[in-house]
Amino acid sequence: MTEAELKTVIFQLLKQIAPDTEPSTLQSGDNIRDTLGIDSFDALQFLVALDEKLGIEIPEQDYGKTGTLEQLVAYVQSKMS
Amino acid sequence: MCERAFPNHLITKSTYNQIHIPMIEFRMPSLGADMEDGTLREWKVKPGDMVHRGDIIADVETMKGIIEIEVFDEGIVEQLLIKEDEKVPVGTVMALIAPSKAEVGVKTPAPEAKAPELHPIEEKMPAAAVSVPAHEGIRASPLAKRIAAENHLDLATVHGTGEGGAITREDVEKAIAERDIKLPPRAPVAAPPAVATDSIRMAVAAAMSKSNREIPHYYLDIAIDMSKALAWLAEANRQRPVQKRLLPVVLLIKAVARSLQEFPDLNALWDNGLQRKKDINIGFVVSLRTGGLVVPAIHHADKKTLDEIMEALNDLIPRARALKLRSSELSESTITLTNLGDGGADSVFGVIYPPQVAIVGFGGITEQPFAENGMLGVRPVLRATLAGDHRATDGLTGSRFLATLKKHLQQPETL
Repeated sequence: MTEAELKTVIFQLLKQIAPDTEPSTLQSGDNIRDTLGIDSFDALQFLVALDEKLGIEIPEQDYGKTGTLEQLVAYVQSKMS
Repeated sequence: MCERAFPNHLITKSTYNQIHIPMIEFRMPSLGADMEDGTLREWKVKPGDMVHRGDIIADVETMKGIIEIEVFDEGIVEQLLIKEDEKVPVGTVMALIAPSKAEVGVKTPAPEAKAPELHPIEEKMPAAAVSVPAHEGIRASPLAKRIAAENHLDLATVHGTGEGGAITREDVEKAIAERDIKLPPRAPVAAPPAVATDSIRMAVAAAMSKSNREIPHYYLDIAIDMSKALAWLAEANRQRPVQKRLLPVVLLIKAVARSLQEFPDLNALWDNGLQRKKDINIGFVVSLRTGGLVVPAIHHADKKTLDEIMEALNDLIPRARALKLRSSELSESTITLTNLGDGGADSVFGVIYPPQVAIVGFGGITEQPFAENGMLGVRPVLRATLAGDHRATDGLTGSRFLATLKKHLQQPETL
C-alpha cells in the first residue's frame, strides 16, 4: 500500500468516526486529534476501525508515536512491512 | 434528569359494559424539566383500536425532536381528544382509553386504579430538520411524509398504493429501500442536521436558565492523584484487544456511582423536597461537535462492571451524537457527570440539570507537582468538582462525597 493509499484509508476511517470533520484537509504535521477536535472515545473508535481494516493493532504505549498524520502513516507502514 | 408528570386521574364511563369502568386518561407527558408543551404530530391509533402494553400510540414533537410515546396498559381507544399538529401543554388529556375487558375482569375497577405508565421510547430527527420539496396535491399520510422527509425522499417519485392512490408508509419505506440499494453505503455515524442542533441549543438554554434561576449552587473541588488508576488501567488494557480497551472515564463513572451509594442525598431529585432515587443512573454529558450537548443516562451504573460501562458508552455516544436516543435515556438520569477529557481546562464547575441536585465535573488529567507524605513529586492529577444544590445538601456532604470518590480512585482494582 502506497503512502497516498494509506492516507486515503485513514481519511475514510476518520470520516466514518467523525462525519462532521474534514480529515482530507489534514497536513502531515497536524496533530490528528487536536486538528479534527476528536475526543478520546473517537480516537479509540478510530484505532478499532484501523485494526479491523488493516489488521494493525496499536498498543496503548505507542499512542504517542501516532499523534500526527505523518507519524501515524510511518507507524502503520512500519507495521505492514 | 427529569420526572414524568403523569397525574393519575381517571374518569368513569357508565355506558361501558353497563358498569362504571374507570377510563384511562392518556396525557401529554413531560419529557424533561425544560419541556412545557408538545405538538402531537401523529396518532398511531384510532378509536376502537386495541392497544397493548408497549404499543406506540402517538408521535409528539418537542424541542429535542419527535418522540414516540408508548403506553403501558391494555385497553381500547375510546376517544382521541387532540388533533394532529395541535400544540398542548404537558399534562393535557389527549385521549381516553377504556381498560380491556380481560383486565377489568381480573382487576377490580376502583377509583384508585392507576393510569397507564407512559414511556416515550425513541427520539428521532424533527421533520423540519431536513429539506425536501413539498408537492401540493400529493396525497400521503403524515407518517409517510415524515419518513420521506427524514430520508430525503421526494414524494413525487413514489407510487401510492393507498386509498385513492394515497402514499402510505409502506410505499415510502419500499421506495427508500429500492433507492438505497443503488446508493453507496452511508457513513455509520450520522451528523445531526443544523436545525436539530439549534433545537438542542434552545433546550440546553432553557434547562440551564431554569437551573440558575431556581437552584442555589455550592461548589467544591478536590485534586486526585491518578497514578494508581492509570497504572491499573494501562495493565488492564495491555491484556486486551483494542476492541475491549477501557477509557479512563470508565473508572470515573464507576467511582462516582460507588460513591453515590454512600451519599444517597446527592442521587436525588428536588421537587417540593428531596426525593432520593433508588437507581443510580448517571447522565453522561456528550458534546455535539456542531454545538450543544445531550446527556444520555447510564442506567444502574453502580451495578455495572467496568466492561459493561464501556459497552454502554460504545452504544450511547454514537447514538447521542446522531440524536438517536430513546427518551428513557434522556429523562431518567439521577445525577450528571461531565468530563472534559485531555487537552482542555483543568477543572469544570457544572450547572445542575433540574430537578437533579448535583453534577460532578472532571477536568483533564495533567502532570502536576503533587505533595504527599512530605514528599514532592510529579503525578498525573485530576481535578474533580461537585456542584451541589444547597436546598438538598450542604457543603459537608459534598466534601465527604469527593473524599470518598478520591478514595475509590486510589483502589481501581476494587471498582
